[in-house]
Amino acid sequence: MAGLSLDLLALQIFTGLALGAVYVLLATGMSLIFGMLTVVNFAHGAFFALGAYVGALVLAMGGNFWLALFCVPVATGIAGMAVEWGLVRHLYGRGIDDPLLLTFGLSYVLVEMIRIVAGTQGLPFDTPDALAKAVDIGIGYFPLYRLFVIAVTAAILLALWLFLERTRIGLIIRAGARDPEIMRVLGVDTGRIWRLVFGLGTAIAGLAGLLAAPLQGVSPEMGNAILADAFVVTVVGGMGSLAGAIVAGLVVGVIVSLTALFAPEAGDVAIFALMAVVLLIRPQGFFGRAGLMS
Amino acid sequence: MIAALFRRAERDRALLAALFLLVLPFALPFRATAVNVLIDGLFAVGFNLVYGYLGLLSFGHAALFGVGAYATGLALLRAGIPWYGGLLLGLLAGAVIAAIIGLLATRTRGIYFAMVTLALAECVYYVAYQASGITGGENGLRGIVVAKIDLFGITLDFVDPLTRYFLIAAIVALALAALSRILASPFGAVMEMVRENEARARAAGVDVRAVRVLAFVLSGAFSGLAGGLQALHLAIVPIETLDYGTSGMVVMMCLLGGAGTFFGPFVGALVYLVLQNLVALISSHWQLPVGVVFMACVLFFPRGLWGQIARWRPA
Repeated sequence: MAGLSLDLLALQIFTGLALGAVYVLLATGMSLIFGMLTVVNFAHGAFFALGAYVGALVLAMGGNFWLALFCVPVATGIAGMAVEWGLVRHLYGRGIDDPLLLTFGLSYVLVEMIRIVAGTQGLPFDTPDALAKAVDIGIGYFPLYRLFVIAVTAAILLALWLFLERTRIGLIIRAGARDPEIMRVLGVDTGRIWRLVFGLGTAIAGLAGLLAAPLQGVSPEMGNAILADAFVVTVVGGMGSLAGAIVAGLVVGVIVSLTALFAPEAGDVAIFALMAVVLLIRPQGFFGRAGLMS
Repeated sequence: MIAALFRRAERDRALLAALFLLVLPFALPFRATAVNVLIDGLFAVGFNLVYGYLGLLSFGHAALFGVGAYATGLALLRAGIPWYGGLLLGLLAGAVIAAIIGLLATRTRGIYFAMVTLALAECVYYVAYQASGITGGENGLRGIVVAKIDLFGITLDFVDPLTRYFLIAAIVALALAALSRILASPFGAVMEMVRENEARARAAGVDVRAVRVLAFVLSGAFSGLAGGLQALHLAIVPIETLDYGTSGMVVMMCLLGGAGTFFGPFVGALVYLVLQNLVALISSHWQLPVGVVFMACVLFFPRGLWGQIARWRPA
């Protein structure tokens, strides 16, 4: 019994890591946008849902999951850039609450458009055939798809890190986050860079939605519930910190997964308790700098 | 002439509010909307206290409103407390939950506040959802029927829509008078000082965090009272009272009308509910036009409808 429950525990932790991977992607996109544009994207959950629905559309039109894996970030990325160009950029320089409120209104519009196009009922979303089996990972059988989610997340994070740290545009992005005015003086078109960053963030959000779809199905409201979770991750990890998003995302995923095992009735409350504790002990989050948000 | 009228409106705001409440049910195309305008208007006024006057954007006001509603409902349903006791408990419960959320959320600053309040309100929602033995869980708290209201020896028929409207209007008017008094007090001035220049307020010896928590608690009292009135009005507390949509609704109402103005939140509640009712006549997708109108408001009329009107001065 003891050995068995230990394996069960390990498996549950692994399940939590897969769930956490989705949180990590969401929080990373949100952190990226905030770190650069100081915009809290309240429509991030809506882009998450949009990604899942674009994936469902690709499948319905006869495409396969791998095609969706390519199409979804492209589509949500372009949608994000359009939103930045058409709406968000007009609010730079106004109060920090204004872009937040705007994206909040946008989330209503996006979710309702999804409802109009795809119906108010959720859709089932099948796990791709090649991944719909379980593999032995030493401690027991584990769904291959969840491993795939973890692997894709790791690959995206690695790519993002290389992009930010090793490319010229990445250098400009990092510099722009520190001092956009100097970047403008140096002749960099910061408007284009900001559009790119916003699109990158929403592309990652859409991809997270697609990856989550086989785990939880697809519904227009799927982004609303996860937005609160993503905020918890961001607060716990520290806003604007990619390392914080990764660590906190995985921790939150594992906590959700473990409470689902030991105390299912407390499952939804546990992560908020975690956030309350973090706020009491370290208000700026694991990796946040104190006073950054003042 | 018009400018003088507006100056007068600002000075005699309690009187103007009373007049407005008097004609409202006869002026609306949807009679049933009038009571909702009262209740949601009061809720938006409570929200405005922290957003408009203190500059704290809360996305968790559903918790203050919903806990007030549940407290009133439970007091009437389970404890057999009379309606005024129930409302008082709703008001207190709203203030208590606001104190808990406020103490936690004010540990962060700036943009975090919106995220933390949203997350804590979600937490309250899940707790109410799970505690179905007390709250009725998914089905909501049902059967809070108040048919007769005893007031100083007079028995009023609470089922009659107009009597109900004017009774709730009287309570809302009292709350507005209290709010007007708070805003005119030194504390009201300190709140606006914190909003305009936090560093300066600190330098002047203001305990900024205490001001924020206290304002949040006051906001919770108004929101809790509004929630309690809603419980009496609907005779049920749906679980959706606590969800994200309710928090979002009050943000939209306040912003549409005009944050930081006395009448703005009421105007916003009126516009929001009429818009919602009008769209519902032709389509169930009311969130689309409401979202578009709200975005247009943020982009082009950040002062809101009433805020824009009140600032307008003929040349």
